[in-house]
Amino acid sequence: MFDIDKWQEILATIKKNKMRTFLTGFSVAWGIFMLMILLGSGNGLSNGVSQNFMRDAVNAMWLWSGETSIPYQGMKEGRRIQLTNDDYDIIKDLPGIEYTSGRYYISGNTFSYGSEYGNYTAITCHPELKEVESIDIIDGRFINQIDINKARKSVVLGEDIYDALFKEKDAIGEYIRVNNIPFKVVGICKEGGGTRNRNAYIPVSTGQKVFNGSNRLNNFALTINANTLEESQAIEAQVRETLARKHKFDSSDRSALGSYNKLEDVIQTMKIFQAINIFIWIIGIGTLIAGVVGVSNIMLIIVKERTKEIGIRKAIGASPASVIGLILLESVLITTIAGYIGLVLGAGLMEGINFIVEQQYAASAATNGGNGETLFRNPTVDLNVAISATMLLVFAGTLAGYIPAKRAAKIKPIEALRDE
Amino acid sequence: MISLNNVHKSYVTGSNSLHVLKGIDLEIKQGEFVSIMGSSGSGKSTLLNILGILDNYDQGSYYLNGTLVKNMSEKKAAQLRNELVGFVFQSFNLISFKNAMENVALPLYYQGVPRKKRNKIALEYLDKMGLLEWAEHLPNEMSGGQKQRVAIARSLISKPKIIFADEPTGALDTSTSYEVMEILKEINNEGITVILVTHEHDIAAMTHKIIRLNDGVIAEIIKNGDLKHWKHQYAKELETA
Ligand SMILES: Nc1ncnc2c1ncn2[C@@H]1O[C@H](COP(=O)(O)OP(=O)(O)OP(=O)(O)O)[C@@H](O)[C@H]1O
Ligand SMILES: [Mg+2]
Repeated sequence: MFDIDKWQEILATIKKNKMRTFLTGFSVAWGIFMLMILLGSGNGLSNGVSQNFMRDAVNAMWLWSGETSIPYQGMKEGRRIQLTNDDYDIIKDLPGIEYTSGRYYISGNTFSYGSEYGNYTAITCHPELKEVESIDIIDGRFINQIDINKARKSVVLGEDIYDALFKEKDAIGEYIRVNNIPFKVVGICKEGGGTRNRNAYIPVSTGQKVFNGSNRLNNFALTINANTLEESQAIEAQVRETLARKHKFDSSDRSALGSYNKLEDVIQTMKIFQAINIFIWIIGIGTLIAGVVGVSNIMLIIVKERTKEIGIRKAIGASPASVIGLILLESVLITTIAGYIGLVLGAGLMEGINFIVEQQYAASAATNGGNGETLFRNPTVDLNVAISATMLLVFAGTLAGYIPAKRAAKIKPIEALRDE
Repeated sequence: MISLNNVHKSYVTGSNSLHVLKGIDLEIKQGEFVSIMGSSGSGKSTLLNILGILDNYDQGSYYLNGTLVKNMSEKKAAQLRNELVGFVFQSFNLISFKNAMENVALPLYYQGVPRKKRNKIALEYLDKMGLLEWAEHLPNEMSGGQKQRVAIARSLISKPKIIFADEPTGALDTSTSYEVMEILKEINNEGITVILVTHEHDIAAMTHKIIRLNDGVIAEIIKNGDLKHWKHQYAKELETA
């Protein structure tokens, strides 16, 4: 009963001091709003970039051969290096290597089924490629070891190829023609993280046999077991070293053997992101401090301004506790509501930006062979962080109000009354 | 009702100490109508503030309604003020963002009277002061006399035993002053003790007892019967000055 009255008294005070209410509320709402935008943008950036990374396993590595560019042991530069199945067997068992898949390039890639046909890429591979390139199986299975051992004419179609050739008909078990050679469809897949699925996968042994490859290979896709930049570089160096010794070229000759170590990129990018994150947090904390200072300042001024009122209230019988309660509850009420408003506005803006970003992503995906490019995705903020920040500001306002309010409530009323 | 025994009070500002009240002995009974006079700086407000527990004193003892008022917690003091006393100030001390009715009703808020009920009572008191149609007005929309009547209504609403008024007519013109004094007289007639501070001897003459302060001590206490004589003497003093 008395409590309702207390809130009525507070609401009446708030209603009649709109400017004061606005100023207190604004500094909190603004602080939270800015924080939401800041953290949201940071998250959006890091979500966008990490999504681009998700196309392949983060610890993927690729190797491909070319011509030497450095003379080695009396041999001139310009010598072709040819990788073979033997290299596959060696690399597969090197320490630190997780999954290995070899590829032999085949030329001409006309796919046909009945009267439907189109040009797509047939990639020859080992079963492990599924892991290296984060391939998702939608239907059926991926290339397996039996396919490899028996050089079966199996093919796993990318979703886009399936759509174009089969148009929703059942494809598993059907035969399609790749460069006029019949292959049995064993699975349908999607590439991890991407929206373009125009590759088909056939066993590398089949590719070599059917397309005159003998035991030749053109490149390797692997994943490695490494946690740090140093480890991953050491593994890369060892692989290069091993192949260089076997094929007799300088291990630093990147023209003879090209290699790309994704983990190196990932780790470096992650470092940049950590730095950006730290930076965002520093600015965020700065924003919060500004908010805290703002709220505290306003509360100090408010209590100063209300000293005489406090004196009057005390002269007519207000206890110190009721005076402090009045001021603090008012501040808590205003800052909480303002914090909530800032939160809702900030989240709303971020949702709006997210909507636009998603539309642009879809648009760019539509024009770019179904593969959207974006640096910014899902710019949302951890609600707990936002709520904690609001509570911090509420608390700061309360504390900043409490100290002078307590002082004003404790002094003799006549002193408070004298205050002009 | 009020009993002061050798009360001292000094104001300390920095290293300076100003001895304002230098041993006040005073008895005021229930229902008295008392004015405190004296030259500027003689300690009238200081004394009244101590009597109203708005301020504390350094030495001696003060009993209000049988309770020793000394080193009292603010909570206890607030309770005593709320139950026992009402204040009227020279500068009115109304809360600027509250209208007349809300200002008058405020003491009842601190007694836990529900909003509707206390606003109704406040309107009754404003009516008594002839201010019913001003109930919804803010203080800055009212004249000095009206504000002072609002302040008096506020001091009365908690049905106090004593009203303290520090120069209640100080900011008002003569005719308004007399209206205010008329109200205070009626309040006193209802049995409430009224103690006021004034500079004007015609105002003081309307009370039943005049306490003259001089340099921190009570110079004389003039009872109703002696007023004529005192007036005469006061006039003479003015002439010689
Ligand atoms: N808070 C204070 N701090 C320091 N000195 C004070 C304080 N209040 C009053 N004084 C001094 O104490 C003395 C008495 O002050 P007080 O206000 O009681 O006088 P007064 O009799 O009410 O005078 P007036 O008629 O001018 O109102 C004055 O000299 C004044 O300057
Ligand atoms: Mg005075």
